[in-house]
Amino acid sequence: MSGFWHSVRSYLDSRFKLEAMLAFGRKKMVPEHEHSFWYYLGGLCLFLFIIQVITGLLLLLYYNPTVDGAHESIRFIMSQVRFGWLIRSIHSWTANILIGAIFVHMFSAYFLKAYRPPRELTWMSGFFLLVLFMAFGFSGYLLPWNELSFFATRVGTDIAGSIPLIGKAVKTFILGGATVTEATIGRFFWLHIGVLPAAALLVIGVHVLLVQTLGMSRPMGLKTDREISFFPQFILKDALGWLLVLGGIGVICVFIPWEVGTKADPFAATPLGIKPEWYFTFMFTTLKIVPSHVLSIEGEVLAILGFMLGGLLWLLVPFLDRRALREKASPAFTAAGALIVIYIVVMTALTYLAPNLGK
Amino acid sequence: MNRRKFVNLYLGGSAIGAAASLLYPVVRYLVPLLRPETAARTVLAAKTGELAPNSAKLFKFGSTPAVLVNGADGQLRAFNAVCTHLNCTVSYESDTGTLYCPCHNGRFDLVGNVISGPPPKPLEAYEVAVSGGDIYVSRKV
Amino acid sequence: MTVRDLKKCRFALALTWLIPLALPAQTPARKDSCIECHGQLEAELKAPVDGFAADVHKQFGLSCADCHGGNPAQDDITLAKDKTFRGTPERARIPEFCGSCHSDSGYMRRYNPNIRVDQLELYWTSRHGELLKKKDTAVAVCTSCHGVHGIQTANFPKSMTFPWNIPETCGRCHANPEIMKPYGIPVDQVAQYKQSVHAAALYDKKDLSAPVCNDCHGNHGAAPPEVKAVAFVCRQCHPSAGDLFSASPHKAAFDGLGVSECEACHGNHKILMPSDEMLAGGQSDVCVQCHDSGTGPFDAGLDMRRRLQAFVAAYAHDEGLLDQAENKGVEASEARFRLQEANTALIEVRNLTHGLTFPTIEARLADGVKVLDDVRARGEAALREARFRMTGLVVATFFILLLALALYFKIRDLQRNANS
Repeated sequence: MSGFWHSVRSYLDSRFKLEAMLAFGRKKMVPEHEHSFWYYLGGLCLFLFIIQVITGLLLLLYYNPTVDGAHESIRFIMSQVRFGWLIRSIHSWTANILIGAIFVHMFSAYFLKAYRPPRELTWMSGFFLLVLFMAFGFSGYLLPWNELSFFATRVGTDIAGSIPLIGKAVKTFILGGATVTEATIGRFFWLHIGVLPAAALLVIGVHVLLVQTLGMSRPMGLKTDREISFFPQFILKDALGWLLVLGGIGVICVFIPWEVGTKADPFAATPLGIKPEWYFTFMFTTLKIVPSHVLSIEGEVLAILGFMLGGLLWLLVPFLDRRALREKASPAFTAAGALIVIYIVVMTALTYLAPNLGK
Repeated sequence: MNRRKFVNLYLGGSAIGAAASLLYPVVRYLVPLLRPETAARTVLAAKTGELAPNSAKLFKFGSTPAVLVNGADGQLRAFNAVCTHLNCTVSYESDTGTLYCPCHNGRFDLVGNVISGPPPKPLEAYEVAVSGGDIYVSRKV
Repeated sequence: MTVRDLKKCRFALALTWLIPLALPAQTPARKDSCIECHGQLEAELKAPVDGFAADVHKQFGLSCADCHGGNPAQDDITLAKDKTFRGTPERARIPEFCGSCHSDSGYMRRYNPNIRVDQLELYWTSRHGELLKKKDTAVAVCTSCHGVHGIQTANFPKSMTFPWNIPETCGRCHANPEIMKPYGIPVDQVAQYKQSVHAAALYDKKDLSAPVCNDCHGNHGAAPPEVKAVAFVCRQCHPSAGDLFSASPHKAAFDGLGVSECEACHGNHKILMPSDEMLAGGQSDVCVQCHDSGTGPFDAGLDMRRRLQAFVAAYAHDEGLLDQAENKGVEASEARFRLQEANTALIEVRNLTHGLTFPTIEARLADGVKVLDDVRARGEAALREARFRMTGLVVATFFILLLALALYFKIRDLQRNANS
């Protein structure tokens, strides 16, 4: 048996020149310490993305991206296609779990200050991935064309439209018109299965390449030097985590399958309590409670600009945190990060606990 | 057999089992259904010759009841059978050639317009297409 | 551009001075001294001016003088109130005052060729009109229901004669015990109506075709309907129940007893949503008004109610199955659609009770039961699917956990090897 694998290996090696890569992989070590649990989150995000690609491809087989067919095709998948309910529920649940994992992964990298040189590009490409995946979530949410998704999209694009100067143009481009119509499904579908996956693959490629090349970042002030091998120890531990998460997703999907909802009716009145998906709610609630005018500038516009500025600062953290640059503790940045986490958690919670804020 | 070999065998075996239980739903998902599934907008309402002239048939269009009418003139017409007054199901009355709602005496002609009674809006008319021996009803574009 | 074109242009330009004549808005507003003077007065004397601003007559270009006479071109009060001046008519003369235009078809045709001109004629046939002829001026006249200087058409939502305002309009007198005392008429009709299913349709569902006072009592010719008339009135909207009743043995019996058909069981103003409890043996039993328990007819009624209750129970059970399936995450929209058919059967059978045609009722119930059987089969299939999913989950999770355990051992193994 091992003779067979040996000849396969040598065949591939002489054609792909694998030996250099395999040597690198064999020698690769991963630090093992009290915080190394967080190392597994990045791989988990990758795994969840792969699940999305697979389930997404399967859904593509039966989905119909038109006003007359979208909702019906989802109903068909949920009720008639064998295990369609499972594939669709996995896709919808994993989307949310993935974005949650990305946030946790990002904040763990932030607090462990993994953005220190030479890993600035890893951090920045990671931030782009966050934006890409929130775009994935936003575009995918409309595709079932049910009441909640239609109005959530309308609310979301209205907010995008209020960005000063470029807002109207951005909104019209996204919607493919003035309001949410069949053209919008077309565009969101194009984004969701074409543009965004291509961009994500590219950026993930860069991100993973950087992680592999540079290795895992060691947190500052670490006492131990203990390491484990990347292959097979780290990989197997990674796989164990992936397996358990997969099992968890299966359990969730059987007990709480994703709903089909009622078909969107553009002429119906907006139902009460419309809000975007949870990962947008902290921004949504901020916009709701911000006062309508602050020093003669519209409150909403100010908040949007604030978020954009915040995003820019977050992107540039590796260059702003000068103390971490010099491998010195930077409690100010840690505190800022903690405040941001608290802010996001509180705002998200408020959306659900106090839905009438800002009315 | 030493410990290592046992662990490897156990690993391999359970990996195959887990892979199978994951692959099974995917394979069944991919196999197309045997039932013909026409486009969501089109429904096979009846076969030609099923309806005599001046009679009608109720059928399901999407999630709403609909009525296929073979008029006295032999022309096929289809409508959403939900009365626009209080949502009772209308039926075809052959002696008057109209669609009648028994709940409050609403009456529609074979264009869908309200002739008499309380309904405030006309019935939505559907497109009828005959292909071979099948009568298909679809939403008007 | 040729010389001919230029000449045409100049000719067209020359005619432009005629344009102002074609625009009606260019003509100055007619002088109206009534509005001018009364607008400067206070309280009751100013009220007509305020009200008239929104009046339908104003939209047709009419003003004070068109009804009250006088000369609105004159500022001096004695000149304005010339010999054509009619002033405020006496209450008893108001119908004729309004009717002087509204009964004149040739005159009304100029403003609205389709408007009715028989209101005055009908009014004299009404109870209000009869009493007015006998010099009772407390009764309703035109202005009581239509207002006086802010009159709106009946299809304007703020109008006193718009469907959902009519109960209040009639109720101003008919719900007032002081006003109704001399006539001995009860004053609870509006209150009773507001509890009815017709009022719910009108006020809650905004269904303007729901009946209000004038739909059953008549409009200008309002009079309480006679016993026979009530049934015809109900049949306007409820013909199938009416036809069934007319073909039933109850019709001859009710006519013989002089009992008004629909009203005997459903009431007149406080018509509630009918329920199975109105049948024999129920909590709002209407059959017992005439039939003693233990008699043949009463027992037939009991039987009908039992069958209906059995059907309703089966319906609830099958619906419960579908709810259960949906709670477990299995899609059941096809089954729910079938359940709709069963609901239709139920509604039809409840209507059929008016005809007392037991064979038809049984047959239709049997159809409905077939549908319910189908729904139950689908519901049970859905529950089986839910169990299948659970089983599949257990199997898959078992294998996953098995594999996870295997991985864990492998990892520990490698760790041990790496350490040694």
